[in-house]
Amino acid sequence: MSERLADWTKGEEAITYQTCSSCGHVQYFHRAFCAACGESDPREQRASGKGKVYATSLVCRAATPETRAHVPYNILLVDCAEGFRMMAHGGNDLAIGDSVVVSFKPFAGKLVPFFAKET
Amino acid sequence: MSFITGVGLTSFGKHEGSSSLDLMSKAAQAALDDAGLKRSEIDGILCGYSTVSPHIMLATVFAEHFGIRPSYAHAVQGGGATGLAMTMLAHHLVVSGVCRNVLVVAGENRLTGQSRDASIQALAQVGHPDHEVPLGPTIPAYYGLVANRYMHEYGVSEEDLAEFAVLMRAHACTHPGAQFHDPITVADVMASKPVAMPLKLLDCCPVSDGGAAFVISRERTGEAGVSIRGCAQAHTHQHVTAAPGLSELGAEISIARAKKQTGLAISDVRYTAIYDSFTITLAMLLEDLGLAGRGEAAARVRAGHFGRDGAMPLNTHGGLLSYGHCGVGGAMAHLVEAHLQMTGRAADRQVRDASVALLHGDGGVLSSHVSMFLERVR
Repeated sequence: MSERLADWTKGEEAITYQTCSSCGHVQYFHRAFCAACGESDPREQRASGKGKVYATSLVCRAATPETRAHVPYNILLVDCAEGFRMMAHGGNDLAIGDSVVVSFKPFAGKLVPFFAKET
Repeated sequence: MSFITGVGLTSFGKHEGSSSLDLMSKAAQAALDDAGLKRSEIDGILCGYSTVSPHIMLATVFAEHFGIRPSYAHAVQGGGATGLAMTMLAHHLVVSGVCRNVLVVAGENRLTGQSRDASIQALAQVGHPDHEVPLGPTIPAYYGLVANRYMHEYGVSEEDLAEFAVLMRAHACTHPGAQFHDPITVADVMASKPVAMPLKLLDCCPVSDGGAAFVISRERTGEAGVSIRGCAQAHTHQHVTAAPGLSELGAEISIARAKKQTGLAISDVRYTAIYDSFTITLAMLLEDLGLAGRGEAAARVRAGHFGRDGAMPLNTHGGLLSYGHCGVGGAMAHLVEAHLQMTGRAADRQVRDASVALLHGDGGVLSSHVSMFLERVR
């Protein structure tokens, strides 16, 4: 299996994804195999951090003291340039279809991807 | 063939001092009484889960507590779709000859047994542990994302969504067991506290204590029979990040399978019982199932189509939005109400004709779907 690149879920300022070497399927949730065809060892890559907003939801009621400190925060689904969808945070002004680029911000004790409008 | 021979439902809201087992027992006893069956005649038990009292063997915990030694028993987990998934399994167990009478039961003291924060936290864990949960989403946020996209694609407004909350509350006002009895307006929904936009407090179902149960049998026990004509499932994803496009969701797949299996069409349906965790859930499912055109469900609510006296009465007990939501038992209340309607026992809420009912359950974030047709047989 190819070496796992560190990403934001491991505290690194990066978004990573996998591409199947056999069928070309692109997946965001990491696995030791391709979920489309079963081929083992999909190729790990760093994403550009660019994409388009698919959907947003501004969270105004959080359930833990750590997340409550950040309310309101905008949860996004972003369609990334490389062909996968991911969940992230973003500016409260974002709307569906906006072109966005990522940076990283601390949230409830972790580093999370935060998208803003591409300038 | 299988029959729903008895149903039981507690009131929803606060049951101070009742455990999950207490609520399950209360609902189960009511279902047995309704079916006219004794404990010794139950040979199968299927039960849901309890977030307040998790257990790796809840069905046998319940069986021992309630006093049944079944030949078949286990718990089932499918989020909001669990109740109908258990009913589907009970149907197959009965039809295949494994069991004669299966007790399907769920109950939870979700409101008084844990804090609201704990409930919200427990449910948010349906999200991906590495790629979603650290971002602090809640169940309303998962559905808020879906709502935002659905409204964008089909021109649905927040006022449109509010109509579903108003309708469910109007229905709950006519059921003594419902958690909420104060009528609300679209303006009330719009002015309610933002939770996860575009969803506001009154777009969201409450947290409740309650229990529900039914008996699925090989033979009828009463005069009026309700048979399970057919049922089907579809599971397209777990996490909202991995959900397919809005036109490829599981409700459309499961209803197509159920229609094919039964030979029934939407035009045959006289009563509907549809999962309604949020206003957007109900709007989308009605349109996915073909009970309204895309973006048109709210207009049908305004026209009275889904009211008690309308062409397609819907969740006449008030649904999850206003009867309440106690976990697995929450969506089972929809089937209990359908059964009461089909057997002419729905009191003030009785509709003219409930000869064929369509039920639909959804678990996760539109992840797991069960569609089911019930038919009254004489």
